[in-house]
Amino acid sequence: MQQNPYLPITMKLVKNLVETEDRLINTFTLEFMNKQDEENFKYMPGQFAELSAYGHGEAPFGIATSPTEPGILKFSVAKVGCVSNALHLMEEGTMVGVRGPMGNYYPIEQFKGKNVVIIGGGFAFTTLRSLAKYMLDDKHRGDYGDITVIYGARNPGLLLYKEELAEWENNPNINLVTTIDRPAEGWTKHVGFIPSITEQIAPSSVDTYAVVCGPPAMIKFTLPVLEKLNFPPERIYTSLEMRMKCGLGICGRCNIGTEYVCKDGPVFSMAQLKELPNEY
Amino acid sequence: MKISKEKFGQAFDALVADYKVIAPVSDGSGIAFTEVKSFSDVKQDYLNSKLPPKAFFFPQHEKLMSYKKEGKDVTVKSELKVENTILFGIRPCDAKGMLLLDKVFKNDQYTDPYYYERREKAVIIGLGCTKIAPTCFCSSFEISPAGSEGSDLFLIDLGDSYEVEVVTEKGKALADRLALAELTADEQALVDKIKSAETPSKIDVSNTTSKLDKMFNSPYWDTLQEKCLGCNVCSFSCPTCHCFDISEEVCKNEGTRVRTWDACMAPLFTLHGSGHNPRDNKKARWRQRLMHKFNYFVHNNGSMSCVGCGRCIKSCPVNMDIRQVVDGANKAELVVE
Repeated sequence: MQQNPYLPITMKLVKNLVETEDRLINTFTLEFMNKQDEENFKYMPGQFAELSAYGHGEAPFGIATSPTEPGILKFSVAKVGCVSNALHLMEEGTMVGVRGPMGNYYPIEQFKGKNVVIIGGGFAFTTLRSLAKYMLDDKHRGDYGDITVIYGARNPGLLLYKEELAEWENNPNINLVTTIDRPAEGWTKHVGFIPSITEQIAPSSVDTYAVVCGPPAMIKFTLPVLEKLNFPPERIYTSLEMRMKCGLGICGRCNIGTEYVCKDGPVFSMAQLKELPNEY
Repeated sequence: MKISKEKFGQAFDALVADYKVIAPVSDGSGIAFTEVKSFSDVKQDYLNSKLPPKAFFFPQHEKLMSYKKEGKDVTVKSELKVENTILFGIRPCDAKGMLLLDKVFKNDQYTDPYYYERREKAVIIGLGCTKIAPTCFCSSFEISPAGSEGSDLFLIDLGDSYEVEVVTEKGKALADRLALAELTADEQALVDKIKSAETPSKIDVSNTTSKLDKMFNSPYWDTLQEKCLGCNVCSFSCPTCHCFDISEEVCKNEGTRVRTWDACMAPLFTLHGSGHNPRDNKKARWRQRLMHKFNYFVHNNGSMSCVGCGRCIKSCPVNMDIRQVVDGANKAELVVE
């Protein structure tokens, strides 16, 4: 972290890729300008950063790359507001600001020696991709048991990271299940909502952690399925979103009860969330 | 120890050369903390300022950084500027408020340099209260109207002179520039009397935090907030409220990133980009305000984030009184869930 946590480092937007068919999500690849910046930016899967589009403002986004991918950071961002629109329209080669890494991360130390089931829906797959990528790395793969990824979107065109998914299909180190909401031409894999597909796949909860990220409705209906599969709340993790400004636990807007999502989160276990007020 | 007001005034005028000196001044509509050049400009007889002195560490509007774009390139520059400052005439409630803000701007992970560098370069000269307003209720929080907690140097007005208490090392450095004399027995008796005073208005907060632990879903919040207009004046006039917004001011290729006071009572405060808003109604926002001050802050920082200065009571356009709100929570029936 920099000395003044409000000052962004400068990074170069080297690729501005339209990620989904509806053109609402782009993946930005940012390049560190020097070794020092990169060394100071030591992060783990699940952390986020504040991206500055100079002239427009700054907003928080989950980091989609894994620390095992040196030199760059990737963010997959939906076009919803002032900053995200500016980023979508930004020409490659433009300098952007980055503050971070911020927040906590998925408890990968606890995951060691265990199986991990990653369940993601829609464009909430970004930090889950970071997590999967991290565990799949040659240096880390041996630390974990089975890795299962259940990932769904409304239709095939809305899945993120399609090339990588194709690669994972044939990778014996990972068990990938993809699904779409309704049948589509040329789609040969699962059809159905995440909760019912999870129920169908029925991953064993023995020695297994689950990480669930997605739209609120998906999470709401997936949790009872995991409960039925005997996942205790202490072994189910999720990552929350909140409106943020400082990212440092000071500006006061992202709290859920006593916890600031920016500094104490964004990763929480279901056991932790049960203790917090339902205000997120 | 004591010093005559005449001698203190001379020393004060000499300090102006080395420090930016902030003191209470009558601005026509009330008392404001303002930079002064002479002790003769300082208002001696006042209850408290309209706005809390927190603005000297956490301004209502401040530049965090500036940038300049040239083509695809950008240069970024910090806008942190710090001056040696003396804050004179700070009331015990506000001095305590600063100690509470210190905990916010330096948390378990981050230190806010804009706040902290100013804070570290500032000396607080507290001034005990010899008059108490009907809206004052600092004694509820173990703050004494003539207590020195949070001040570096603390004065009590004895008429022609000030009783002087050196509280910190910073305060000692200032006291070394003052010609101090011993108090007489009569003066000591007067000091003791002033120091033992309490605010007549007090609320019982002994069980409030534990009560609020169980009140998130209480129907108490349903009606509590009905008359609130959501104007935010309570937050802006509060010595412990610290919420802020960060935005950008742009002119052609140059811009500054600024932070501005914000408040949890504002509907847009928590609005997500997606349109979802976790606190989209006044009930949730009032609950947040009260919970933050009397419950969440206690769990995170070990004390309540209210100092009983009474500004929110004085300035509320619809007469909401935080004392009654807390009292109501104390008395509210718990709903069995």
